[in-house]
Amino acid sequence: MMEILQILLSESFWAASLRIATPLIFGVLGALICEKSGVLNLGIEGIFVAGAMAGWIAVWAGAGLWGGLLFAALAGGFFGLIHALLTVPLGLSQHVSGLGITLFATSVSYFIYRTALPTATSPPRIEPFRPLDLPILSDLPFIGPVLFQQTAMTMLALGMVVLVWYVLNRTALGVALQAVGDNPDSVDAQGLSVYGLRIGAVVAGSALMALGGAFLTMSAFDAFFFGMVNGRGWICIALVIFASWRPGKALLGALLFGAFDALQVRLQTEVGAMVPGQVFLMAPYILSIFALVIAARKADYPRALLTPWFKGQR
Amino acid sequence: MQKVLSLNGLTKRFGTVLANDAVDLDLHKGEVLALLGENGAGKTTLMNMLFGHYMPDDGTVDVADRSGHMAPLPLGHPQAALAAGIGMVHQHFTLAENLNALDNIVLGAEPLTRIRRDRRRARAKIEQIMKSSGLIAPLDVRVGQLSVGERQRVEILKALYRDARILVLDEPTAVLTPQEADALFENIGAMTGDGLSVIFISHKLREVLAFSTRIAVLRHGVKVGEIATADADEKVIARMMVGADTPVATRDKMTPGAPVLQLKGVSVRGNSKRDSLSDITLTVHQHEVVGIAGVSGNGQTALAGLISGLGRADNGMIVIDGVEIPRPDPKVMITAGVGRIPEDRHHDGIIGAMSVADNMVIERLDDPEIQSYGLLNRAAIRANADRLIKDYDVRGPGAEAGARLLSGGNIQKLILARVFEQNPRLILANQPTRGLDMGAAADVARRLLEARARGAGIVLISEDLDEVLGLADRILVIHDGQLHEAGTRDRQAIGLMMAGELAGELTKEPT
Repeated sequence: MMEILQILLSESFWAASLRIATPLIFGVLGALICEKSGVLNLGIEGIFVAGAMAGWIAVWAGAGLWGGLLFAALAGGFFGLIHALLTVPLGLSQHVSGLGITLFATSVSYFIYRTALPTATSPPRIEPFRPLDLPILSDLPFIGPVLFQQTAMTMLALGMVVLVWYVLNRTALGVALQAVGDNPDSVDAQGLSVYGLRIGAVVAGSALMALGGAFLTMSAFDAFFFGMVNGRGWICIALVIFASWRPGKALLGALLFGAFDALQVRLQTEVGAMVPGQVFLMAPYILSIFALVIAARKADYPRALLTPWFKGQR
Repeated sequence: MQKVLSLNGLTKRFGTVLANDAVDLDLHKGEVLALLGENGAGKTTLMNMLFGHYMPDDGTVDVADRSGHMAPLPLGHPQAALAAGIGMVHQHFTLAENLNALDNIVLGAEPLTRIRRDRRRARAKIEQIMKSSGLIAPLDVRVGQLSVGERQRVEILKALYRDARILVLDEPTAVLTPQEADALFENIGAMTGDGLSVIFISHKLREVLAFSTRIAVLRHGVKVGEIATADADEKVIARMMVGADTPVATRDKMTPGAPVLQLKGVSVRGNSKRDSLSDITLTVHQHEVVGIAGVSGNGQTALAGLISGLGRADNGMIVIDGVEIPRPDPKVMITAGVGRIPEDRHHDGIIGAMSVADNMVIERLDDPEIQSYGLLNRAAIRANADRLIKDYDVRGPGAEAGARLLSGGNIQKLILARVFEQNPRLILANQPTRGLDMGAAADVARRLLEARARGAGIVLISEDLDEVLGLADRILVIHDGQLHEAGTRDRQAIGLMMAGELAGELTKEPT
């Protein structure tokens, strides 16, 4: 018990939680935008891979870190556009198309990696985002190391939470987006384009997901490895439900998962001798399921989620 | 009076069905035009073309602009209709329930690219409209929590916020209480004084006569008449709606036998008034067809659910063949000898993915002729199917083909074969000929009369008054969850009762 308390009070634990949460924040916000418009995007896992790959290879090719992020977002937007075209105007199954996008984006990313670096035994390293060193802020006790010694991408993720909240709740676009996910007829009857709103939301959401992937290669690590996304996309799909489609709660959910993960690494070293390590690896996922079961009962589903809408059929 | 809108020869086909055939309609400033007709007459289709939800196959629409100059309206675009000052309130509300009323009203009125919304100005404008129109609704509550009447007012406010000069209301009172409906029409009256023109769809004669200035009647997609409300009365309109007499099928006289179905003081409290029954009593005898006439949504679904075992009564007693059924479910009812012909034959009558042969035995899978020890006897199922296909003339790709490949008429024959082969004591026939061509419809009628001759009691629920008049020995009218003995075979009198008019005065022998 004392060990756990010590861990919970340490700066490094909270800093690690936020770091682990960062790609999830991007991913869960992206999934949230898609689903708010009524489209489930199971392409998220593959879009993470594509973002990780695209960002890293662009930096390696000399695009610079911010150029790399832009490139990753474009790659995500591209796969999002395919998903949107298949599921919105054509009304195909969102599950099937999404899983197809995941397989497609993952394989294309591996293919490009192998084509660009046919002989490399280990991937070339890039110079990733460095931890920030802000005057005064980074030197604050506790808050400094936890919040202000992260990389710029973590700051970007936190900024995105505020931005997405603002757009959804305070702008005409956000209101229209919420309406199209609840009852597309309401948008159509007011002369707005259901297709335009949904396609736009899926493309924008997918671009955000790709930034989550890019964090892995451009901030957490400094190169691209096979299998590095490792289910983070699927976690985001669950976190959206946990968050009941609210950006603030999405941040909370991502942090909670990050904290579980950070905790299990530390517990492994403390009590690893007594309990098999796999139990700790499982712990964050099991706890997520529990959190989901509790939160999902009250979840406020977008009513039109998964329901295709066709013009001229009412 | 100044003309503000004219529909010229609007035509719309859905597949082979002609929903609207060259309909012309004019609307003048300050007028309240009632668009009247039975279900499926094409009223909603016509209005959906006006508002741009449907693209007409033929015809044009002209709308007056602010200066009164008539100009053609680009068709197929709700945005164009909104810009031309046409507002539509749909029968099924088009509201986002996760947003408040203010957001719903302003949605689409401000450019999506605007970063900051001017909610204060929007609120001021809405409050101004609420004051002048009398339509009051809470603006800051999620629409999902509003009452139906409040939602309706939000829908109208949406149109008025977009400066609508022509307001289309599709069955605005269908979901309102009488008090709410009267208040709504009072508000509409006030607004037409300010120059608003209104078209409303309805099949309630009372409100049409009380609140419209002119009436247009549609039947089978064709405009069959137009009349100033001042010159109209219920008889005239009922005749226009129902149309000329059609030949009635011949039916031998028979003496009713013992009662096969008795509903005693049965009530069903459904989710809405439309699927509820209040304290109904119904007796059906052997050798008797009892016709239940009525406009759909007046409790027929609840009544059919009750007899087929899909629903249960909250009060009252169901007796079949003299035996009370305490806890009805589909299996109990089938065992008791009830044959069911469901309203939605594609959805509830067959399992489309299963073969025609399997569908023919699906209600008696525990019959030892069909299975033994849980294993199906395929040869017996196939033999049964081959015989029934021949006897009932089910045309299609064969006994082993998926039932969904059959046409509507042949699906109905499949269901008839399944039901009649069990020699049911009581048959529930819910809209048995809806959507069928004349040949198939006549076949259904013949089979029902054969079952009657054999001794079955039949409950025939139909919106088609001709069908009820042709087949039923006794006619009851269902309205607002209540059953009334018609006591007459007069088409107009029954038509009026279906619309909820004069029910008390026309009933000679209340049941």
